[in-house]
Amino acid sequence: MLTFTLRRLLVAIPTLLFISLIIFLLVDLAPGSPLSDIPLTVPPDVRQRMIEALGADQPVFVRYLLWLRQFFWVEPAYLLDGWLGTSLAEGEQRILSWQSRSPVFTVIGQRLPQTLTVIGTAYLLGVAIALPIGIYSAYRQYSMFDQFGTLFAMIGFSVPTFFSGTLFIIIFAVWLGWFPTKYDTQLSVTDWATFVEQLRQMALPVMTLGLANAAVISRYMRSSMLDNMTQDYVRTARAKGMPERTVVLKHVLRNSMIPVVTVIALGIPSIFGGAIITENLFGVNGIGAALIGAINASDLPMVQTLAFIFAVLIVAFNLIADVLYGLLDPRIRYD
Amino acid sequence: MTDISAQQTGGPQPTSKPEKPASARSAIWAQFRSHKGAVFGLAVLGFLVLAVLIGPWIWHPEKLSVAQAMKVRNQPPSLQFPLGTDQLGRDMLQRMMQAGKVSLAVGFVAMIIAITFGTLIGVLAGYFRRLDGPLMRMTDMFLALPLIPLLLVMVMLFRDDIARTMGPELGAFSLIVFAIGITSWMQAARIVRGEVLALKEREYVLAARSIGAAPHRIILRHILPNVVSPVMVAATLGVAEAIITESVLSFLGLGFPPDFPTWGRLLFDGLQYMQLYPERVIWPGLAISLTVLSVNYIGDGLRDALDPRIRGR
Repeated sequence: MLTFTLRRLLVAIPTLLFISLIIFLLVDLAPGSPLSDIPLTVPPDVRQRMIEALGADQPVFVRYLLWLRQFFWVEPAYLLDGWLGTSLAEGEQRILSWQSRSPVFTVIGQRLPQTLTVIGTAYLLGVAIALPIGIYSAYRQYSMFDQFGTLFAMIGFSVPTFFSGTLFIIIFAVWLGWFPTKYDTQLSVTDWATFVEQLRQMALPVMTLGLANAAVISRYMRSSMLDNMTQDYVRTARAKGMPERTVVLKHVLRNSMIPVVTVIALGIPSIFGGAIITENLFGVNGIGAALIGAINASDLPMVQTLAFIFAVLIVAFNLIADVLYGLLDPRIRYD
Repeated sequence: MTDISAQQTGGPQPTSKPEKPASARSAIWAQFRSHKGAVFGLAVLGFLVLAVLIGPWIWHPEKLSVAQAMKVRNQPPSLQFPLGTDQLGRDMLQRMMQAGKVSLAVGFVAMIIAITFGTLIGVLAGYFRRLDGPLMRMTDMFLALPLIPLLLVMVMLFRDDIARTMGPELGAFSLIVFAIGITSWMQAARIVRGEVLALKEREYVLAARSIGAAPHRIILRHILPNVVSPVMVAATLGVAEAIITESVLSFLGLGFPPDFPTWGRLLFDGLQYMQLYPERVIWPGLAISLTVLSVNYIGDGLRDALDPRIRGR
């Protein structure tokens, strides 16, 4: 298992380098050098330091290496300094946002909790809805419940979140007035009343994303259960006289969960991508909204960093999914 | 296709028919027809395509002068304006048809780019063993790219320059179609590679090779025709994916310009007026959702119909 994990880790490194190269080149080769676009609001001495840190007059590969150095050495060093009080990154230029002129990672640190609260809840809710639906649909294949469940999954899978979210706003916020239309980022939960307020404003974004995720996962759960229901070991378990509940919820479910767990792990980074839409629609001030804000303001360092963070998330969760699969299904580890 | 359908509608239900259908094509069509969702999808998609292509010939409201248009701003649906008018007094039905043409065109063209590129990579990787490793590594790496952020960055960086050289409309169209195509070929490549790997070992390929057929001839004559069915399924689902991706870009304000709208752009424009005139958001959203839903159902039906293991039953 250790060699399996290590091998996967080694494959992840060139992938990350490749993605960083693509993101770097995309921005670097774009018409007009990014460094010539540094807004005039950035003070001249800071501008000079930024140009030096990125080596604007150097060849492309030197600039790429300098960018990597800023990303993988300078920023983690600052993080360590912050935690341990060391001075590893003394005098190094951090990645600065052109909009706010504060370090990009500070901005991301402020935005991330918002994203995690909303998106995390939505994903958990989606999984919680999807699993029972998938299990029961597969167990009673072609029943009314199954027909309805697959229709629901197909619709949830096809209707894009920006439309379902808008519909929810129109129905629940404008017509019925149950929930607020916009998410208030300033709200801090201190007592019961603010907690209820927080729940109310989370309801619509969580519902939008949760339903979309539930649709996808329940499709996987159903087909994985169906694959296993016809296996010989299920017939054996029934022939031994085991109660139906044990057969379905223990034998079949455990085996069908293997691919579903990896699908759930693989879906986590893509919901960060999908969250860009939901965050913009509901005004949640998370990293997706930060990305759009940065794009509209042509804040290139912020855009580069955020795009790369999304890539790191994808690679990390691919790795986690692979390792999980190996842990759950010993046949996968070929060592 | 029409002669087959005429032949089928006269006879009994294809599933209850004891003897085998006449040809592979009619068997596929029979299986496709037995999938209710797929038939529904085909009907809805056909209706939408017809509405978008022929609609403008039937429905062409006279062009209003600015002063006239100002008087008919924000009208609710009526006989004169079946879907109402927008904040500038433009007829929503006409705009929906124009937008639909662009949306569907983006979906199809992006899909064709993605499928062509994916099939090329897949065939090369599957047929030539030396290329397999590097090409598949590349495919895996592309799969790990954060697509939506990257597409947004691409549009942001290149939009103005391409608009300058090619004009705002053609520029936006080619940039977005190219960007979507280049980031969604990976599934097709993987599917094709898998099929080619299996087909390469078949006797008829060996026979072709033993009489001295060149690789390009073997690929074009013997291998490609046999990977058509999985590619068709991938292509169908690719259209849905491309339409959604385009509308996401437009929805975030980084897609098409407002005077050359797509459904996603109309939805984006309608968002500000959502509280007063919700129908302006609902029409384009409904159109996108219906298109994607029907395309997904067609894909499901095709997958069943083209799979001989399912078709026999």
